[in-house]
Amino acid sequence: MSLKDLFIKKQKYATIKSLLIKKSAEEKPNIPSGMWKKCDKCNTMIYSEDLEVSKYVCTNCGYHFRLTAKQRIKIFLDKNTFTELWKELKTTNPLKFKGYEEKLKSGKTTSTEAVVTGIGQLKGIAVACAFMDSFFMMGSMGTVVGEKITRLVEYATENKLPVIIFTASGGARMQEGIFSLMQMAKVSAALAKHDDAGLLYITMLTDPTTGGVTASFAMEGDIILSEPNALIGFAGRRVIENTIKENLPDNFQTAEFLLPKGFVDAIVERKNMRAYIYRILILHGVKNNG
Amino acid sequence: MDKVFIKTNITPWESVEIARHKDRSTGKYYIETIFKDFIEFHGDRSFGDDKAVIGGIGALDDISVTVIAITKGSNTSENIERNFGMPNPEGYRKALRLMKQAEKFKRPVICFIDTPGAFPGLGAEERGQGQAIANNLFELSRLRTPIISVLTGEGGSGGALALAVADKVYMLEHSIYSILSPEGFASILWKDGSRAKEAAKVMKITAQDLKDFNIIDNIIKEPKGGAHKNPAKTAEEIKKILLDSLKELRVKDLNTLVEDRYNKFRKVGSYTL
Repeated sequence: MSLKDLFIKKQKYATIKSLLIKKSAEEKPNIPSGMWKKCDKCNTMIYSEDLEVSKYVCTNCGYHFRLTAKQRIKIFLDKNTFTELWKELKTTNPLKFKGYEEKLKSGKTTSTEAVVTGIGQLKGIAVACAFMDSFFMMGSMGTVVGEKITRLVEYATENKLPVIIFTASGGARMQEGIFSLMQMAKVSAALAKHDDAGLLYITMLTDPTTGGVTASFAMEGDIILSEPNALIGFAGRRVIENTIKENLPDNFQTAEFLLPKGFVDAIVERKNMRAYIYRILILHGVKNNG
Repeated sequence: MDKVFIKTNITPWESVEIARHKDRSTGKYYIETIFKDFIEFHGDRSFGDDKAVIGGIGALDDISVTVIAITKGSNTSENIERNFGMPNPEGYRKALRLMKQAEKFKRPVICFIDTPGAFPGLGAEERGQGQAIANNLFELSRLRTPIISVLTGEGGSGGALALAVADKVYMLEHSIYSILSPEGFASILWKDGSRAKEAAKVMKITAQDLKDFNIIDNIIKEPKGGAHKNPAKTAEEIKKILLDSLKELRVKDLNTLVEDRYNKFRKVGSYTL
């Protein structure tokens, strides 16, 4: 027996069954990809159109799918009222970090950075909004994210607008090192000025909101809301487990874990979000545009 | 270990080693050496007293100041007591409480920072580590009294920044200031924590790097071989720079002071249109 023979697998079973499966698969009608989506939580297959109607919430278990900024804008703001601002800002790779430029091009979203900022309307009320996009480098915050949000907040302060930020981020962007860290201070300072002007700031925490974003603007809202089951925390779960050498509870760092600890005002389902935030705006005396 | 630090060209990784050196002076040492009549105040008034953060009042020559330090210990048992310089949320809340008090009594605030980062623990998360740091960044940016921060050892991430939103930020020559430890950085980006040396280089975390980026105001010289070779001399250098900057900051109108602080952080970034 040659050495080669050792690596050749002998057929132990007849393959009729597998042939049958193959055949039936071939006979299936050709489904265009993307028509069905599987729920990350309960694995139910959901028809894409139904998912759009349900605002990307699983029709079986209520799981809130992660959204791109574009999807978020579509379901949250009044139709065709959003004007994106500062889209053209681009990072200059301050640490000259190898491979960063390529990484910036690899996002699976139409967003050109990890946040989309601009002005839109909610039931006729003008709001300054930032939508973070976890499909762009995990929503990480580098200088462009910090700069766009800072400009948005400054614009809102100047024009006396409420600010609403949808957070979704793995934290500060490693590739920009200390520059990313400083964005936490920059955005916070802009928000403090907005606060000094007596204006309203609402944060909507979505899955996932962690690290430097949690330790800055996510937790600085006058009102802090969260989507159901969103992961929200400062340190990573594995880092904590390695530090304290204990297993953490399953619901650790979820919105439902943080609510009783006192760190979010309320958990709001996506389907109620527009009405809920509209009511808050009205109760703060924010007026309709018309 | 010491012999490598005698030479003049210190690599970034050697800076990390000096910054973490077991004999490196602690924040407690600097407080006791630089300030007269220091009185320590404890507690955040809502949960507890975090020993990783020391705070109180004292005199810098004839100026009453509030002093706060995130500090490690000078030996193993003190390190355990001080949680190796990793604060819990109540540490940040104590610091903010004392800063608000300083604002009320028109005292400048001096911060010393030496921390691997905010403590990643179950209790820390339950008590809002992120919220505590966020609130410090928010409130420090508009505190109406001068703030000076000195990084004396490790300046690890948001846990260090929470005491460094200041009018003047200084670093000891061999201290480091970074978004994450080099080990953490290497493990996140390259899935290999053992490439920390390489990470220390590309991350640009030395005092000189940060001075070149205009993120810190100045570098405080250390004795040859590192601050631990002559702690008293290092303390003297720190005191000198504190007095100099207080001379400048204390005469500033408070609106200008806060506006200048805003602009200092506002301009940090690296982007094109």
